[in-house]
Amino acid sequence: MQLKNLLLAGVGAFALSGCQYHVLSPQGWVGDQERNLLIISTLLMLIVIIPVLVMSVYFPLKYRADRADTSDYDPHFEHSTKLELVIWGVPILIIIALGWFTYVYTHRLDPYRPLDHLEAGKPVEVQAVSLDWKWLFIYPEFGVASVNELAIPAGRPVNFSLTSSTVMNTLSIPALGGMVYSMAGMETKLHLISDSTGTFAGRSAHYSGPGFAQMTFDTLSMNDSDFNAWIEKVRAEGTPLTRDTYLTLEKPSIATPVRYYGTVEKDLFQRVVELCVEDGKVCMGEMMMQDEMGGGGIAGIPNAAAYDYDRPRAIDGFGNPIDLPSNLPELDTQAFLFSPDQICSVAELKETTTNVN
Amino acid sequence: MSTNMTQPSETLSPIFGRLSLDWIPYHEPILIGTFAGVALGGLLVLGLMTYFRLWVPLWKNWITTVDHKKIGIMYMVLGFIMMVRGFADALMMRAQQAMAAGGAEGYLPPHHFDQVFTAHGVIMIFFVAMAFVTGIMNYVMPLQIGARDVAFPFLNNFSFWMTVAGALLVNISLFIGEFARVGWLAFPPLSGSAFSHGPGVDYYLWALQIAGVGTTLSGINLIATILKMRAPGMKMMDMPIFAWTSLITNVLIVISFPVLTATLALLTLDRYLGFHFFTNDFGGNAMMYINLIWIWGHPEVYILIIPCFGVFSEIVSTFSGKPIFGYKTMVWATACIMVLSFVVWLHHFFTMGSGANVNTFFGITTMIIAVPTGVKIFNWLFTMYKGRVRLEVPMLWTIGFLITFTIGGMTGVLLAVPPVDFQLHNTLFLIAHFHNVIIGGVVFAVYAAVTYWWPKAFGFKLSEKWGRRSFWFWFVGFYFAFMPLYALGLMGATRRVNMYPDAGWQPYFIVAAFGAFLILLGIVCTFINFYVSIMNRKALACGNDPWDGRTLEWATQSPPAPYNFPQEIHVRGREEFWRMKQEGFAWSKDYAPIHMPKGTATGALLAAGALVFGFAMVWYIWWLAIASFLGMLIIGIGHTFNYNRDYYIPVDEVAETEAKGALA
Amino acid sequence: MSPLDATRTPASGAGHAVTDHDHGGHHASPTPIGFWIYLMSDCIIFGALFATYAVLGYGYAGGPGPKDLFEPGFVAVETALLLFSSITFGLAMLQADKGKRDGTLMWLAVTGVLGLGFIAMEVYEFRHLVHIGAGPDRSAFLSAFFALVGTHGLHVTAGTIWLVTLMVQIGMHGLIGANMRRLGTLSMFWHFLDLIWIGVFSFVYLVRLV
Repeated sequence: MQLKNLLLAGVGAFALSGCQYHVLSPQGWVGDQERNLLIISTLLMLIVIIPVLVMSVYFPLKYRADRADTSDYDPHFEHSTKLELVIWGVPILIIIALGWFTYVYTHRLDPYRPLDHLEAGKPVEVQAVSLDWKWLFIYPEFGVASVNELAIPAGRPVNFSLTSSTVMNTLSIPALGGMVYSMAGMETKLHLISDSTGTFAGRSAHYSGPGFAQMTFDTLSMNDSDFNAWIEKVRAEGTPLTRDTYLTLEKPSIATPVRYYGTVEKDLFQRVVELCVEDGKVCMGEMMMQDEMGGGGIAGIPNAAAYDYDRPRAIDGFGNPIDLPSNLPELDTQAFLFSPDQICSVAELKETTTNVN
Repeated sequence: MSTNMTQPSETLSPIFGRLSLDWIPYHEPILIGTFAGVALGGLLVLGLMTYFRLWVPLWKNWITTVDHKKIGIMYMVLGFIMMVRGFADALMMRAQQAMAAGGAEGYLPPHHFDQVFTAHGVIMIFFVAMAFVTGIMNYVMPLQIGARDVAFPFLNNFSFWMTVAGALLVNISLFIGEFARVGWLAFPPLSGSAFSHGPGVDYYLWALQIAGVGTTLSGINLIATILKMRAPGMKMMDMPIFAWTSLITNVLIVISFPVLTATLALLTLDRYLGFHFFTNDFGGNAMMYINLIWIWGHPEVYILIIPCFGVFSEIVSTFSGKPIFGYKTMVWATACIMVLSFVVWLHHFFTMGSGANVNTFFGITTMIIAVPTGVKIFNWLFTMYKGRVRLEVPMLWTIGFLITFTIGGMTGVLLAVPPVDFQLHNTLFLIAHFHNVIIGGVVFAVYAAVTYWWPKAFGFKLSEKWGRRSFWFWFVGFYFAFMPLYALGLMGATRRVNMYPDAGWQPYFIVAAFGAFLILLGIVCTFINFYVSIMNRKALACGNDPWDGRTLEWATQSPPAPYNFPQEIHVRGREEFWRMKQEGFAWSKDYAPIHMPKGTATGALLAAGALVFGFAMVWYIWWLAIASFLGMLIIGIGHTFNYNRDYYIPVDEVAETEAKGALA
Repeated sequence: MSPLDATRTPASGAGHAVTDHDHGGHHASPTPIGFWIYLMSDCIIFGALFATYAVLGYGYAGGPGPKDLFEPGFVAVETALLLFSSITFGLAMLQADKGKRDGTLMWLAVTGVLGLGFIAMEVYEFRHLVHIGAGPDRSAFLSAFFALVGTHGLHVTAGTIWLVTLMVQIGMHGLIGANMRRLGTLSMFWHFLDLIWIGVFSFVYLVRLV
């Protein structure tokens, strides 16, 4: 263990010399542990990697065909039980060791596991929603929210609940630790902690469309009083976040500036997760309960609109808003299947559908 | 960011579907330049071919051929052409990222950058690596097992042209419409109709679906070839390692590609008919796509690398003057990898939140793969041990592979540790890792294989000087291009960003761009090598067995006669050709007529139909889709009415061909 | 078709338009094993679709479920048609093995009619579902149902086209080796589809109705 600490310290010193290396010099317990595991795994593998690299260069040079003395040429050396035991045995032993570390650390660092065991004070709840293309952070305990700026109290665990309004994204703050996907219609969890105050880069690390590269935010890690002051500032400066204002915010935009919301409508996050912020939509939990009972039956067929959530993303690859027709080929097929006799009047059908929409 | 450029809006006409003039990118200088270059180059080629009257030979000897050797060569040509396209994409990305630091926008808006990285991935995997690997297996494997051709020669031709049709469809998207902007695996819901409109994803789907048919059929064909067409007396455990790796690769293809076909078909139904497999609403489940695509995707990377292991096994053994060390271990290790490759797919998305037990399971299964892979590396090392190692160009690539692949393997195991992956997932560390194994493994193997088997295919060696230059540019360029990406990954830099706020990353991206430039020089050296060697072919002519080979392909003429072997070889054990040489081998003059399959245009015609069909589906030109589908059906059924599919090469002709070969 | 064997003597029928290529060489025809491998790959496609149905098959999105839509009697008739067609294909193979061309053609025709009956019933069912608004776009359950059952139906359609083609070819050339080999592979294909249907019948309909 002594040796391990020494090595870790050595690598840490290297890492600090370039403090950009967030993964190697993280600012929180989770990131620290992940860095340690990275180094342990690397060292374990080097036991076998270094000899292989040496042999890869040494053997071809030593056994060159034009060497002076070729008396050690043995064209029949093609099997050796002893060597076979070593070349299977050593990697297996290393993988057993690595497997053990993997088991222990994967359970210790499960992103779903709360950080209560650190006994680092009361955790802060943050509900993070990835929108096209910005992050919304809701602080349910304080009833405030912010866009593209995340404030956390240093030294206290942060419990993230993640979801997405459209496609997959990943909440990534490399200085604090690992990332987890945010997905629409689902809630995922992430637990992080910052040991020091400072500003850390945060971003989405899963490609999500044209505005993806600018889906970044600052993570402000502050001491408790600064954090409380920040909350009060947001409360004072912010506008209300209601279901209506959320629906406006949800519309695609690129490089969105920081903004604050002083109040947050009750259960908004739950509605985002369950895809029912809009009026007239059935929440997913309700739908699942209904489905468990056998669905809505034939009578439920016409209620499709209440379950319809995905809206065409009305923005192009350059960031310009565009008008989108309703899905063209679908209409063709529906016309064909519903009323093949009237296939000629597809155009008419399209017109009516567009109007209905 | 708003620019004056926009994406065309969608309209639908009964004749042209949603294809309108707006979709022709005549206002984009890069594409216009490329198009002009391609058009002028194309016209030049057409003109030269007409001038030298090459149309008839092209049709007779190549397009309609069912000869596995010619089909193999055509796969290699396809691979090199598509490599140029895919590498151009890579250079564009490197240039953009070297520029777009600290808020600068660079020269590519996301609309273009996102197409470029998607196309780069798709092209490099499906039309470069797959084409190369399939080409090498097609050319070499039947010769190694003493066969006259593959089990289903017509199917082989058809498979090849389907791959070409897929490749063409991807390239058409460059000049008509746009390609997908979703990443090479097109994860929904992003790739669904709600979040990706326009023809991009549809190009992706139809191109891969068409090429996938070819790949699956080729897999079936090559398995049947190995199981049924081996020379009399050759037991499975007598086959060269490359034949074994071909078998295992094709088993992987046949098991995994149907999953890709099904998955892409489901996404197609989502996009075209409003199904709800992967949508957020109506009970769809996007995570299922991610699972399914990786159930194909992980075996796919082994499909690429396993034949390369075979290539290196052959080369290391030949150039060390020794049989491969631990033949049986080699076979069993490869078989282990085959089985294990199906139980690791979840390591591609540890960050989905599957829970510690699931993540641990898939992390450890992934690490276990490192054991048989490590054993193989030791086997290659001990093949050189106490050997006589000739450091010729194929051997240089092999040593480069051993070093590079080992490093890439190590970073791969790092990514297999879930908590480490939480930090490095989707960062440039991952990008560096898989390029480390794919360039170090597959690309180096392809170069080694081309250098090694070129004399067999054409009767003369490649220039050693240019081969070495090509190697050193690639080898050094690789480290310049990808080591900075490891560093960037450790800083938390994400993949697929067209710009980044942190100006501190820029120096690393500039070094990476320099590395890409060195690799460009390596590629240029390759083509110079081909040119110089063809010009000097008389001086470089080298007979049938230039490397003192050990396996049966070296028993044939260089280039081999259409029938490969004038007589059947009765195999008595491993390395039959080595034994034959020890015993003083010569072909008997007692020839018999040789039964051969006839060439046919059906494969190329069907693939042309598939290309038109794919294009029509992409643009919703329904009448054309129906017409081309019916056309394919008629051609396909018509083909089954032709019972006259083979002929005999008479004794005189065999004798004449063999006499010519003896002089060479 | 195995036109690859270096036979020591040219086949006597080499000049004819239609010959049988299985003679003489050391290699048996690779066609059966090749077709077998193809069937296994097809099986994996169905496996993926079955898995999809298993995952999504309970997502009704407030719409109808299996008990609202499937009629056991109707499916039983469909199943019976397909099972009988397998038996009649077997009878056709027996006739073919005896070298009786007319008997073979007769039983193949019966098989084809049964197959067409199956397809017709399936098309009727699909059309009915779409008509009442329970099309594949109504819920993930229906998407998975249409994809799995529809893929099987497309296979039966392809098999029927192949069957008709082969009947014409047997009519033209008789039960020569090449046609016998094709008949053998089509027989494998047809029984394979039967097997898949038993899976569909059990997992898509039966289990969900009880």
